[in-house]
Amino acid sequence: MMASSYNAKDEDGHITVTGPGGGAVLRSKKPENTAFKQQRLPAWQPILTAGTVLPAFFIIGLLFIPIGIGLFVTSNNIKEFEIDYTGADTSSPCFNCSQNFSWNSTSPCTCTVPFYLEQPYESNVYVYYGLSNFYQNHRRYVKSRDDSQLNGNLKSLREPSKECEPYAYHNNKPIAPCGAIANSMFNDTLELFYNDPNGTSVKILLGTTGIAWWTDKHVKFGNPGGVDSNLSAVFQGTTKPLNWRRPVYELDSDQSNNGFVNEDFIVWMRTAALPTFRKLYRIIGKSSQMVPTLPRGNYTLEVVYNYPVRSFEGRKRMILSTISWMGGKNPFLGIAYITVGSVCFFLGVVLLVIHHKCGNRNNGAEISN
Amino acid sequence: MGSVTSYFGPLCGEEQKIEEERHFRGNDRPFNLSYHYADNAITTSKYSVFTFLPLNLFEQFRRLANAYFLSLMLLQLIPQISSLSWFTTAVPLILVLSITAVKDASDDINRHRSDKQVNNRMVNVLIDGELRSDKWMNVQVGDIIKLENNQFVTADLMLLSSSEPLNLVYVETAELDGETNLKVKQALTVTGKMGDSIHALAAFKGEVRCEPPNNRLDKFRGTLSLDGQTYSLDNDKVLLRGCTVRNTDWCFGLVIFGGPDTKLMQNSGKTTFKRTSIDHLMNVLVLCIFGFLAFMCTVLAIGNGIWEVREGSVFTIFLPREQGVNAALSSFLSFWSYVIVLNTVVPISLYVSVEIIRLGNSFYIDWDRKMYYPKNDTPAQARTTTLNEELGQIKYIFSDKTGTLTQNIMTFNKCSINGKAYGELFDFSGQRVEITEKTERVDFSWNKLADPKFSFHDHSLGETVRGGNLEARAFFRLLALCHTVMPEEKKEGELHYQAQSPDEGALVTAARNFGFVFRSRTPESITAMEMGIKVVYELLAVLDFNNVRKRMSVIVRSPEGKLTLFCKGADTIIYERLHPSCNKLKEVTTIHLNEYAGDGLRTLVLAYKDLDEDYMNDWKRRHHEASTAMGDREERLEELYEEIEKDLMLLGATAVEDKLQDGVPQTIEQLAKADIKIWVLTGDKQETAENIGYSCNMLREEMKEIFVVAANTAEGVKEELQKARRTMCPEVAEEPTVIKARAGLFWLQKTERVEDEKVDGDYGLIINGHSLAFGLEKDLQLELLRTACMCQTVICCRVTPLQKAQVVQLVKKYKQAVTLAIGDGANDVSMIKAAHIGVGISGQEGMQAVLSSDFSFAQFRYLQRLLLVHGRWSYLRMCKFLGYFFYKNFTFTFVHFWYAFFCGFSAQTVYDEWFITLYNMVYTALPVLGMSLFDQDVNDRWSFQYPQLYAPGQLNLYFSKKAFVRCMMHSCYSSLILFFIPWAAMHDTVRDDGKDIADYQSFALLAQTCLLVVMNIQLCLDTYYWTAVNHFFVWGSLAAYFAITLTMYSNGMFLIFTSSFPFIGTARNSLNQPNVWLTIFLTSLLCILPVVAFRFILIQLRPTINDKVRHTVRKEALPAPAPRRPPARRISTRRSGYAFSHSQGFGDLVTSRRFLLKMPLRSRPVVFTQTDSALAQSQPQHYRTIAEEREEPQSPQAVAAAAAQ
Repeated sequence: MMASSYNAKDEDGHITVTGPGGGAVLRSKKPENTAFKQQRLPAWQPILTAGTVLPAFFIIGLLFIPIGIGLFVTSNNIKEFEIDYTGADTSSPCFNCSQNFSWNSTSPCTCTVPFYLEQPYESNVYVYYGLSNFYQNHRRYVKSRDDSQLNGNLKSLREPSKECEPYAYHNNKPIAPCGAIANSMFNDTLELFYNDPNGTSVKILLGTTGIAWWTDKHVKFGNPGGVDSNLSAVFQGTTKPLNWRRPVYELDSDQSNNGFVNEDFIVWMRTAALPTFRKLYRIIGKSSQMVPTLPRGNYTLEVVYNYPVRSFEGRKRMILSTISWMGGKNPFLGIAYITVGSVCFFLGVVLLVIHHKCGNRNNGAEISN
Repeated sequence: MGSVTSYFGPLCGEEQKIEEERHFRGNDRPFNLSYHYADNAITTSKYSVFTFLPLNLFEQFRRLANAYFLSLMLLQLIPQISSLSWFTTAVPLILVLSITAVKDASDDINRHRSDKQVNNRMVNVLIDGELRSDKWMNVQVGDIIKLENNQFVTADLMLLSSSEPLNLVYVETAELDGETNLKVKQALTVTGKMGDSIHALAAFKGEVRCEPPNNRLDKFRGTLSLDGQTYSLDNDKVLLRGCTVRNTDWCFGLVIFGGPDTKLMQNSGKTTFKRTSIDHLMNVLVLCIFGFLAFMCTVLAIGNGIWEVREGSVFTIFLPREQGVNAALSSFLSFWSYVIVLNTVVPISLYVSVEIIRLGNSFYIDWDRKMYYPKNDTPAQARTTTLNEELGQIKYIFSDKTGTLTQNIMTFNKCSINGKAYGELFDFSGQRVEITEKTERVDFSWNKLADPKFSFHDHSLGETVRGGNLEARAFFRLLALCHTVMPEEKKEGELHYQAQSPDEGALVTAARNFGFVFRSRTPESITAMEMGIKVVYELLAVLDFNNVRKRMSVIVRSPEGKLTLFCKGADTIIYERLHPSCNKLKEVTTIHLNEYAGDGLRTLVLAYKDLDEDYMNDWKRRHHEASTAMGDREERLEELYEEIEKDLMLLGATAVEDKLQDGVPQTIEQLAKADIKIWVLTGDKQETAENIGYSCNMLREEMKEIFVVAANTAEGVKEELQKARRTMCPEVAEEPTVIKARAGLFWLQKTERVEDEKVDGDYGLIINGHSLAFGLEKDLQLELLRTACMCQTVICCRVTPLQKAQVVQLVKKYKQAVTLAIGDGANDVSMIKAAHIGVGISGQEGMQAVLSSDFSFAQFRYLQRLLLVHGRWSYLRMCKFLGYFFYKNFTFTFVHFWYAFFCGFSAQTVYDEWFITLYNMVYTALPVLGMSLFDQDVNDRWSFQYPQLYAPGQLNLYFSKKAFVRCMMHSCYSSLILFFIPWAAMHDTVRDDGKDIADYQSFALLAQTCLLVVMNIQLCLDTYYWTAVNHFFVWGSLAAYFAITLTMYSNGMFLIFTSSFPFIGTARNSLNQPNVWLTIFLTSLLCILPVVAFRFILIQLRPTINDKVRHTVRKEALPAPAPRRPPARRISTRRSGYAFSHSQGFGDLVTSRRFLLKMPLRSRPVVFTQTDSALAQSQPQHYRTIAEEREEPQSPQAVAAAAAQ
């Protein structure tokens, strides 16, 4: 009944044709003469010509190959040692520990893994633990945390977010820290001993701080009640995550590395992007200029084996690594740069040939009218 | 809108019973109101303040895309499924909805405003026995209202009485059917005698029963019961809303239909929306994408099932499942989760962006100064803003002739009087001089009544006339007397002629300027000023023009009592009737006629004959008998005419130029170069059309052959078509190859396509209306189509509006090509509506064509700019936009797909949720808009220089299903790079201080930064035309990305909205790492280099026309605008025939009953209805919709009978 296209104005005779002498035309309907309206905006019109494309390929080629070589060499200079202590093999020293596992066993199972470093490790050496087949990036896992609780919000401490389910409450007490991530925190203890050639075993000092992002430690994570509060009092009324042996306020004796701002905890809470990942565990500080931090020789890794991964065919590794300006050892970038550079160069040559054989013929050709 | 009301109608209980008959009483409001007829208020607005939100939302959600996103949002509310926060969908959706809502609201406010304005117009209504001024909207059915001159008709009225004799009312119906000539309406005598007596009118108690409201403009049936008598009512007694009263001091009418029930409103209900082929393609693609989405989600759901069984179930010690969820259910849930995550393959902003781009490109058309016609201050106008890119794909143009190719202005150019030719200029050496604007005009200042606009260049003619040359005087006397033109002289000396055909107008104007001024006419006399002396001729008879006679004559008695018959007509016809004494003169005149015809002029031959009194009296008596006879009146009159129009004395010949519009031949040439086929569909006669064909360069002498199909039987037409086809292409198969295919949504549409057939050389085809009617029949249409498509030029003459539409539909159906129809008159409306794109020329013939068109401008020549520049650019931009848009969204989404294999198919997103929210709406919206609003491969001059650039559009080369698949492959490659390069680079990597960087958040940041950089570089590669705006958009959005990211990942944001911005510090911690930047760099290069190399190789090996032109542009200076060549004079023996207007003249004026009724002398134009049916096909017809049947001709007898009741 209602007409949608009908415009009452049309009926009004507003559409008169203004002919010559059709009355005084008050304002001309002539469009404005602006570059924008007339689509004449000044513009740069690049096109792909041999003169730009070919040099670009060669330059990229020539640029990438040295960068790649540089990266590759840097990466190769980084020393890295990795040892798998999962205990999947019967021959493995941790086989026994991995077999009989329960979360609430009171006597910790310890195993020692001997290894030999063929090269001395200079400068700071970083100790990582690596897990494989561990889906820290699973959607349900990633969101199973309460950032506001971890930030020290008292309300969230008492009432953890729904996201933490089923690790929000235990025995009607709120869990602190709540959620699956916190609950599954890596709790193996790794210790390194240097077996001196003269027979003594020297425990290597492992630095526990400086392993988390500054922003995480100082902004994102915070203990409830501020820096100087009495943690055990603040966490009163909450309960520890199910799998933990100690409550969160007993993670470290050092007050500044305890509770939610415990760096081991923070590092764990920064979930990994991929199911195989490594996380910084400890830093072996450089002792002096003269002596390498870890000299060549025999070492023993002593593991307090707490963390179960066998059930899902996970792997646990301990990694020792030095670093460079480009981070840890990863030859990929270097190789990729070298490859891309060479391919570029090669493509440049191919394109040059094509251009010489066909390009001139076609580009010079007249456009048939 | 109708559908919405029909949704809500039943709900609100407003559904009316279908009205079967309208019944009301004059001056009886209480009685009439009991029927609840609609009053005269109109509502074209859709919403009120309260209904706006629900109705508008309802309408918006009826769109598939919006509904889809709404359901996505609902999905996201289910916690088990929700893989993204609600805001990722909600924010874009709300943005899109509100943009549309704002646009709808502002449209509706305008409608409200104009409704209000119309509803509040004042009109005189007869209430309680006195006339009161009241608002339009308060007028009710059954009211009597008074209209005055130049007022709009308030509602559909039954005419009661008028100020004019015979109760006539003149109305202009331009709003309804686009015809600018006046129409006459007549009231019943019984009501007419009430006159303007308020007393009588107030006592009027007539009861009307009539048809229910409908949209048939040319039909009305009803009865009026008055004092026990019943009178029949028909269309002749009804004034329709939308008309304007003209030349009538006042009239009274009884309201029959008000407001929404009026025929005008009933007619404006349904507008079919035209959709472009890109629209259709897009729908198909979106559907494919849905399918693809379902496929991806299924794959991932299966993956999730497998993962849950193999890994998830043992991983439960760290990640327990929710209660009651097993692997199968989890797989099911993950399907929906992935529907949410991957929803970006169906881009919500696609439709909005497409609309914005089209709107922008439409504005460019409105703004183009080169399509602005200063003479009547008309800029080009994109009336439909959704069809722009289709302008770049036109394959067939169907053009009207009169007013489109020609100006529909006739100018008296040359004449031959008594064997002497006038009108040409020669220089001293006897060479013909080209007549231009600057050539000196003949001075007519001696003649006070001369028309100042008339120009003539040959001085000798004026001198001859003033010198007293008898033949020349007779010549112009004939022109001043023998016609059916109506004069109008509002002020002394200001003469205006209203001519049925512009030819006649031109001739009478010529006579006027040469001193033989036709001043006024009555039914019995013609007053002329002959060289300043007033002479009154007694008009004895008008032997009117028609198609068969091809001539018209008048018989007049001069003041001296001399009886003369003046006759003008087609040369062939007149020559047969000449007195043998003229033979010598005939030969000379023939030479002149041939010359004129060669110039493409329309010629007429003039002759006269002196009659003697006795014979005349006898003839007149017989004529009277014949014209009042009941049986075979036509034939008897015809015989009488034949008898008197013989032994004529030749006077000379006139040549009238049907002026082509400026630049028509050049435009046609350009369009032909762009491989666009132009068909001329005209109501004109074959000769006229053919002549125009030659003069506008469509038909050329060098064409191999021009076929003329003019058979009278289906067999004959078939034979002629086949003969033509075999001549052009002997080896082609007899049976046409029809390729049947399916297309459209769900492949529901069946399509049939006839392949193009290659022909050597140019051919032309001319087909007349009669043959076309046969050709359009089912068994012949393929034959017609094949033959016609082989020809370079097709001209169809004597085509009815319906046939015009049929021709368009035929080509549309079997060629699957984009068609454009261009025309200026009401008879072009059907074709304009039928074609993919309708273009209206806002010219002389009213606005009907413009009102139903999609684009309008003032001159045919602007068509080349519309197509070759605007159309091409719009198409290019739209295709680039679509290609890029799909690429960017696919790439974005596919990365999620690859990541699924590394996150246990858990529907974990790769990117930050905020990035997902802002990606389409903020980060990538403007650069691509910038490209699709500003991009041009070469500028307009070059586009004209190389019309071939237009060809890719016709072939759908820039964006098609193939291109879409290519685009998907490209995205697939890019997404692989975009995921696996960061994956490999970050795998087991640490920061330069040993800390974590392979964490989820850093990886997300890296992946999204890579993606955005790659997308921007890809855009840079696609952009051909870098304006400052493009630079600003591209660099601006990259800068905005980093600024927004750093802000969102800042301490402040985290501390305020802790749970919404968990990415605190990620940007700072990873963007300061060299290997992050090296990865970004590597990823971008790997994505871009193959594209560059591929494009470069293509340019080298198989350069497209675009590449070549762009290359040329680099090297050469801007081409000069093409010089305007003067059209060459054609040496031709072609003779243009009697090119009178193709409709019957006004001759009824004198011969029909109105003549006998003795109309009082009035000095205002009187317009006559068309009454004769014998030549119905030649009458101007008001076709509104194709399906409508024609009004059966109304015979004078019937009218008389009705009046006598």
